[in-house]
Amino acid sequence: MDITVNILLTIATAATPLLIAAIGELVVERSGVLNLGVEGMMIMGAVGGFGAGYLTGSPWIGLLAAIAMGAVFSLLFAVMTLSLATNQVATGLSLTLLGLGLSGMIGTSFVGQPGVRLPNLDIPGLSSIPVVGKLLFGQDPIFYISIALTAAVMWFLFKTRTGLTLRSIGDSHASAHALGIKVIRYRYLSVIFGGACAGLAGGHLSLVYTPQWVENMSAGRGWIALALVVFASWRPWRVLAGAYIFGAVWIGQLHAQAFGIPVPSQMLSSLPYLATVVVLVLISRNKRLTMMNTPASLGQPFVPDR
Amino acid sequence: MMRLELVKRPQRSALFSALSPFIAFALTIIAGAIMFALLGVNPLTAFRIYFIEPISQVWQLHELAIKAAPLILIAVGLSVCYKANIWNIGAEGQFVFGAIFGSAIPVLFPQFEGPLVLPLMLLLGMVGGAAYAAIPALLKTRFNTNEILTSLMLVYVAQLFLDWLVRGPWRDPQGHGFPQTIQFGDSSVLPELMPDAGRANWGFVFALVAAVLIWILMSRMLKGFEVRVLGSSPRAGRFAGFGLNRMVFFAFLLSGALAGLAGISEVSGAIGQLQPVISPGYGFTAIIVAFLGRLNPLGIIAAGLVLALTYLGGEAVQSALGISDKVARVFQGMLLFFVLGCDTLIHYRIRLIGLALTKQEGAAKLEATPKLKEAR
Repeated sequence: MDITVNILLTIATAATPLLIAAIGELVVERSGVLNLGVEGMMIMGAVGGFGAGYLTGSPWIGLLAAIAMGAVFSLLFAVMTLSLATNQVATGLSLTLLGLGLSGMIGTSFVGQPGVRLPNLDIPGLSSIPVVGKLLFGQDPIFYISIALTAAVMWFLFKTRTGLTLRSIGDSHASAHALGIKVIRYRYLSVIFGGACAGLAGGHLSLVYTPQWVENMSAGRGWIALALVVFASWRPWRVLAGAYIFGAVWIGQLHAQAFGIPVPSQMLSSLPYLATVVVLVLISRNKRLTMMNTPASLGQPFVPDR
Repeated sequence: MMRLELVKRPQRSALFSALSPFIAFALTIIAGAIMFALLGVNPLTAFRIYFIEPISQVWQLHELAIKAAPLILIAVGLSVCYKANIWNIGAEGQFVFGAIFGSAIPVLFPQFEGPLVLPLMLLLGMVGGAAYAAIPALLKTRFNTNEILTSLMLVYVAQLFLDWLVRGPWRDPQGHGFPQTIQFGDSSVLPELMPDAGRANWGFVFALVAAVLIWILMSRMLKGFEVRVLGSSPRAGRFAGFGLNRMVFFAFLLSGALAGLAGISEVSGAIGQLQPVISPGYGFTAIIVAFLGRLNPLGIIAAGLVLALTYLGGEAVQSALGISDKVARVFQGMLLFFVLGCDTLIHYRIRLIGLALTKQEGAAKLEATPKLKEAR
């Protein structure tokens, strides 16, 4: 029983960064912007979070720094694609490349240093309830943030007027603009929200998952988060499900490696990436359904005419 | 409060089309100077070490050519993809698979020697790269799967596969446990161009030839026209009878084959054996090269040399100033950012306006047009 609980806990820990980054990107894509820079923003959040935590000794300051780092870094993308109408695919890629380089440079002096870890929640009494206590009341703070964030985004997108406006921009920026909606302003805020989420996801990696700085420690999670959004057909609760499935795959392969299953460890390590490909194939097979779900103006630059 | 405003030009500006890479480079230098100053290094000293010292001797130019060759080879292939609006970003994986396929001969049949070995290896390298690139192409055409994500995911898979090969079945039994294959025999090594002057090998020639061939293809042949039409307007392309699915395969196979050729050339030329890591991110840097070269094969040759210099410069500042060689990655990323930003100038004029001013302007306009005023 204890083992099952522990495995569930590690799955939650592996799924949390994927969930947060994907939820952020979901909002961005719902507004019609494709930001392929998730991996770069995530790694910047990771290095910023670790650095601030390491220098101040406070993981909470690290957490805030991670969020700020992701948001500021995403602003770069926003200025390029929204104010200068650059190609979103290429700009997102360059954000990732720049982030991987910049984080490596910033983090040079952090390599091998002991980090600080965000403490797990511990409510006396509740946390010691067998089985569910640990799962519900004994996890790291970012886990709770991720769940709350998912619920909040779900409510915001589908139950508020602003959310409806945001979705309409994603489906037709020209019509939204004609109705007098500030398309560019909405998109700026969405991109920055997505950046903050990616930064938070990165902070989870370097403040909870493995509280240390390792170069390229995001290991493709930003890209998997992007795939999760497609997999989820741009629906928050499906992102939640997808993130936990991928968390399970990630943890499953680690456990399989630890148990010494007679399969090369590299093959197990490649499972999350292969799973992403397989899942993408399955979900996009139905062309009409994909077209219906995809925000119609996703990835197209928009220059308001006067 | 300032606001940026884009005003569409009646036609694309030829001036900015030519100038934009240079403006981008100048902006990168300025940003780089700020960065070095923040790191506490005199920017002038840093730039001398970064950009001038690595190419001040003949043998260093050879090193430049070694780094530029894979970048140019991969980037000309990618330029065809991007022109066709097809996003292959997994060239790094295709590079690795080219290297693996080509290396199969010297690793598995070391006793096989003669003049046939090298051409066969190069051919196999191209086949390997193309085959690996065929996966995202197939998934896109058959199952409508986004090629950006699949081609990228396959990079991780390729790197792990190479890692397994050189630690497992292909490891040199006499290699003292080091994760590497045997050293390639003499007939499997790509010859150096001028062994007395430096290490540059035939890979650089391949790169130049490929660039010229692709340039001819894109500017002088129907296929190139097809690429451009389908890239700018798939609908128009369909009316012209150009098949989008065929184009996806064409672009992926071509860019995959060139990336594979780059991979096997790198392994049989500069490295001489397979190792767990055979590329300092050439496949990703080549994306920058393609854009800096304005997706034009001849421009890509120049861009490839520039980006190769950023690698050499990164190594130089690391050894001379103790700054992480990651600085190269930062330079490359900034360069791409500025190139993309400057490209906006080709299609748009940029106006900076204060918000207050626009309101005044608007009021003035209202005064000047009586009809509009009446309508109010």
